[in-house]
Amino acid sequence: MIAQIVEIIDVYWLLILVGQFPEGPLGGLALTLCMALAGLIGAIPLALVAGVIRTCPGTIAYYPISAFVHAIRGTPVLLLIFWAYFAVPLLFGGSISGVATVVIALIVYEVAFLAEVLRAGIEALPKGQIEAARTLGLSYRQAMQDVILPQALFNVIPSIISQFINLVKNTSLGYIISVHELTYTAYQVNSQLLTGTLPVFTLLAIIYFCICFSLSQAVSWAERKVERLRIAPQQANGGLR
Amino acid sequence: MEFSAVLTGTYLEWFITGAKISLVLFLSASVLAFIIALLLVAVRSTGFRPAVWLVQAFVEYHRNVPLLVHMLFWYFAVVQILPMAVQIWINQRSAEFYFAMLALALNYSAYMSEDIRSGLRSLHKGQIEAARALGLNYIQTMRDVILPQAVRIALPPLVGQSLNLFKATSIAMAIGVADMAYSARWVDNATYLTFEAFAVATVFYLVVSSLIIALGSIASKRWRLQT
Repeated sequence: MIAQIVEIIDVYWLLILVGQFPEGPLGGLALTLCMALAGLIGAIPLALVAGVIRTCPGTIAYYPISAFVHAIRGTPVLLLIFWAYFAVPLLFGGSISGVATVVIALIVYEVAFLAEVLRAGIEALPKGQIEAARTLGLSYRQAMQDVILPQALFNVIPSIISQFINLVKNTSLGYIISVHELTYTAYQVNSQLLTGTLPVFTLLAIIYFCICFSLSQAVSWAERKVERLRIAPQQANGGLR
Repeated sequence: MEFSAVLTGTYLEWFITGAKISLVLFLSASVLAFIIALLLVAVRSTGFRPAVWLVQAFVEYHRNVPLLVHMLFWYFAVVQILPMAVQIWINQRSAEFYFAMLALALNYSAYMSEDIRSGLRSLHKGQIEAARALGLNYIQTMRDVILPQAVRIALPPLVGQSLNLFKATSIAMAIGVADMAYSARWVDNATYLTFEAFAVATVFYLVVSSLIIALGSIASKRWRLQT
């Protein structure tokens, strides 16, 4: 079993790592990570706006944004991928590649989740922060931009990394629409080999495990860091409220 | 909009079958996941080192590998190492459903066990000591005193996990389970009414998700621990 896994790595390591690249399109592990990163980076600006709006019940934008967040949280990612495949060509014209479909679906999905993460981060800050900023004459926008968001964003770094882990795991759904990411590449290797199903899928699980486990270690590290740099000093200075 | 076209005859039947399979998969996998989670928590709380490590490895493995990979692993890989007779027996009985159920249950049992464990940790140590002092043995203490309280504390996150599990049932279509997502794709392929087909499936998932959240919050209020 281990010998078979080593043999697969020996023969297919380049395919698993980068797909057909540089002769063909990027694939394999590199594509998985690129799609997850694109999903995260694409979602952050929209999630910032949605997250801030979610902290202001009563404003006009609050209701549609909340409806969006709840609807996305109740829908499977797979259906979002189906929707992206159907809706994006309608909206922007032309056809759309599988990679773009997955990335757009992941962005939409992640906006809803990151918005809630950011909302929680903003609401966890002491009320005194915004009150003090407003008292000093900053407008709401300035107070958010210069006082609240920098603190809230720093505090939620661990949750953002956890969301990235989710993104990496969700890119595997690209397999269903034949995007040549890691899972699909493993499936291809499997059909070329015909004999070694168990070693191939074991190797696939090991690769995902190594990436996501190191990321989750990074989450615990970041949690300790945030705790030490921000939460503990705040509590020492007379509590969070 | 031609919803009347996708909600009649064979297409309607496909959707109804898909909805049934999704719901049965969700219910069976969540019950199984909950039972496995309780077992994991029980094993872990014995404090026997090798057992604790095994449970930790199980939890980390399931939390860090995508569900789709688990499903493919069970469906393509594990089947092949079973004896031929077992393989034939499985293949006669729509194996993909059972493998999807198993993968879902094992995956979410890892998450649920962590939720129950943090519920457990929030209980006062005196609970165990009092139960033991009253003459209950370890299993009775766990079954009658500790776990009922821990599960009630952990109910909100457990509801969240079952919502995730329900959404994840859609991934089972990757190994050919004819669930709601699968039906939507089939109706789309057969009618080219993409919007209508996906809208029906999306409404189904949204309605069931909302029901899970609503029932969960009622249950959490109803069974909240009085402290």
